[in-house]
Amino acid sequence: MSIFLNEQSKVIVQGMTGSEGQKHTRRMIAAGTNIVGGVNPKKAGQSMDFDGTSVPVFGTVKEAMDATGADVSVVFVPPAGTKGAVTEAVDAAMPLVVVITEGVPVHDTADFFSYAQAKGTTRIIGPNCPGLISPGKSNAGIIPADITKGGRVGLVSKSGTLTYQMMYELRDFGFSSCVGIGGDPIVGTTHIDCLQAFQDDPDTDAIVMIGEIGGDAEERAADYIKEHVTKPVVGYVAGFTAPEGKTMGHAGAIVSGSSGTAAAKKEALEAVGVKVGKTPSETAQLMREILQNG
Amino acid sequence: MEYQAKELFAKHDVPVTLGVVVEDPDRAADAARQLGDRVVVKAQVKTGGRGKAGGVKLAENPDQAVERARDILGMDIKGHTVHRVLIAPTADIADEYYFSFLVDRTNRGYLCIASVEGGVEIEEVAHSNPDAIARVPIDPQVGVDDAKAAEIVAATGFPEEVADEAKDVVKRLWAVFIEEDASLVEVNPLVRLGDGHLEALDGKVTLDANADFRHSEHAGYEDKAAADPLEAKAKAKGLNYVKLDGAVGIIGNGAGLVMSTLDVVAYAGEKYDGVKPANFLDIGGGASAEVMADGLDVILNDEQVKSVFVNVFGGITACDAVANGIVSALGMLGDEANKPLVVRLDGNNVEEGRRILDEANHPLVTLVDTMDGAADRAAELASK
Repeated sequence: MSIFLNEQSKVIVQGMTGSEGQKHTRRMIAAGTNIVGGVNPKKAGQSMDFDGTSVPVFGTVKEAMDATGADVSVVFVPPAGTKGAVTEAVDAAMPLVVVITEGVPVHDTADFFSYAQAKGTTRIIGPNCPGLISPGKSNAGIIPADITKGGRVGLVSKSGTLTYQMMYELRDFGFSSCVGIGGDPIVGTTHIDCLQAFQDDPDTDAIVMIGEIGGDAEERAADYIKEHVTKPVVGYVAGFTAPEGKTMGHAGAIVSGSSGTAAAKKEALEAVGVKVGKTPSETAQLMREILQNG
Repeated sequence: MEYQAKELFAKHDVPVTLGVVVEDPDRAADAARQLGDRVVVKAQVKTGGRGKAGGVKLAENPDQAVERARDILGMDIKGHTVHRVLIAPTADIADEYYFSFLVDRTNRGYLCIASVEGGVEIEEVAHSNPDAIARVPIDPQVGVDDAKAAEIVAATGFPEEVADEAKDVVKRLWAVFIEEDASLVEVNPLVRLGDGHLEALDGKVTLDANADFRHSEHAGYEDKAAADPLEAKAKAKGLNYVKLDGAVGIIGNGAGLVMSTLDVVAYAGEKYDGVKPANFLDIGGGASAEVMADGLDVILNDEQVKSVFVNVFGGITACDAVANGIVSALGMLGDEANKPLVVRLDGNNVEEGRRILDEANHPLVTLVDTMDGAADRAAELASK
């Protein structure tokens, strides 16, 4: 088992024919992902070759789903077209939509997220995220597949490269699933959604949660852990040295006044018994001790 | 800035008095005469608390307006230099309210925060009298229609005599929020004038830079004069850079990893007289030689920088490409590269990357295996 994505997942790519879409479709296929189609209304009926794997292009998400039974869509469509692409996938009742695109206007995200909530049939991950991987099973997004193997640790993170770093630090243990939820102010899937899924996943023994400055998602995750999570959780928070009022790379990574600080997040997590590392390596070491003693 | 917020308000028919913006204090006299002699001179900077800092002053006549403008121009308010003042007519204020629309991260929609106790910082009201603040969530699928505007006005407790006008102002401010792609629209104070009408006396609008592609008209709102020169240079090169105060220059890939790198350097720096990171610089996924050279160029031109820490995890970009990037960037910079570089590479093709740097054997470059170890070395070098 794993969360949200497994070896049965049938994946389509919206924006597959663009340069980023092509590059990452090739990588996803190489990682063993079952890519069953792409979507581009202008190239419907054609197919694209990825190192010997032929992938059909459909005119719409609905057509792709009807023809292939796809249940995951990965979106590489540029920011100006992202809202339209996600809305189309929601209309087609696509169960999981992974939005990789960076730079989506926050009003567009608010719109397609609330639209999906109202429909109730689609989970969105992202935008501005690296996607998710269940190592050895399937890879939906841009997380490098060769960092680590399948295992029993679950990982949820706002940051892409910190996800890779943590996968690398614990590569000898391996992961059930690693989910990059993205660093935008509004994201479709939160730390809490992933904590819940990992808690319910029989093949996940322990959870690493990586947060960063901005908002109060980590504080709310701490409350959730206290009430609902019995598996061990280790945390890391980035941005202790970030100045107030400056956006640190991610659109959502900003300390406003006294809210959204790394110190407050660390404190909230520690208050509910989560061990929080000072550095990524120390965090990995904390998890290592739990796994070796458990 | 205030005058820009007011321009956006005016564009969407929110009641507002624009006033006159001047950069030269001598221009303040004409502006004051035009506005009825008695005016308020207000510093235009992108930060709150201008009044407390002495950046907002009343002038009784045009001569005094010039004096006040002279005092305020060039002031430093929370690190922002005042390059412009707004000359605004005085207003006959009967009542002050607070009003805002913002992106609600917690509930992943929009939120209206409003209070009949305006004119002070809303955080203070939240502290002293939390019941005086109305919070009304807004479903992005519905927006602010007549019913929602009425709900907001009732929840805030606007007096009966301004309720109808308030509903109208609320809908116009909503138009500013949605049509301008703002993440925050704030009016503080929204005032009831002596004649009974409402006016937005001061305001703040935060625009979403991600939406710039559909708002070419927003380009003029950027305050180039106030930006740090290194930040301006980095921005011109398309780099994601924030200037900080320390001595260890930082380059990394991915926002989270770079934030983490700053923290790890600050911890390591505790051992070396409190050495701190000098900047945030995320060169992103595709760390080409050119991007690396641009990044190094900005950082090496920061006089505070004494050492540089390049921290890259090879994910999509392979470490050998990054190593080649560093070597050719140092070649491109030549004598300008004059500070020690500590490099930590991990991930995709790391052996090849390390081999390339070993072979280049550049006198300034030290390769360290771990992030914590490299941070320690960079901090030590910066403390010398």
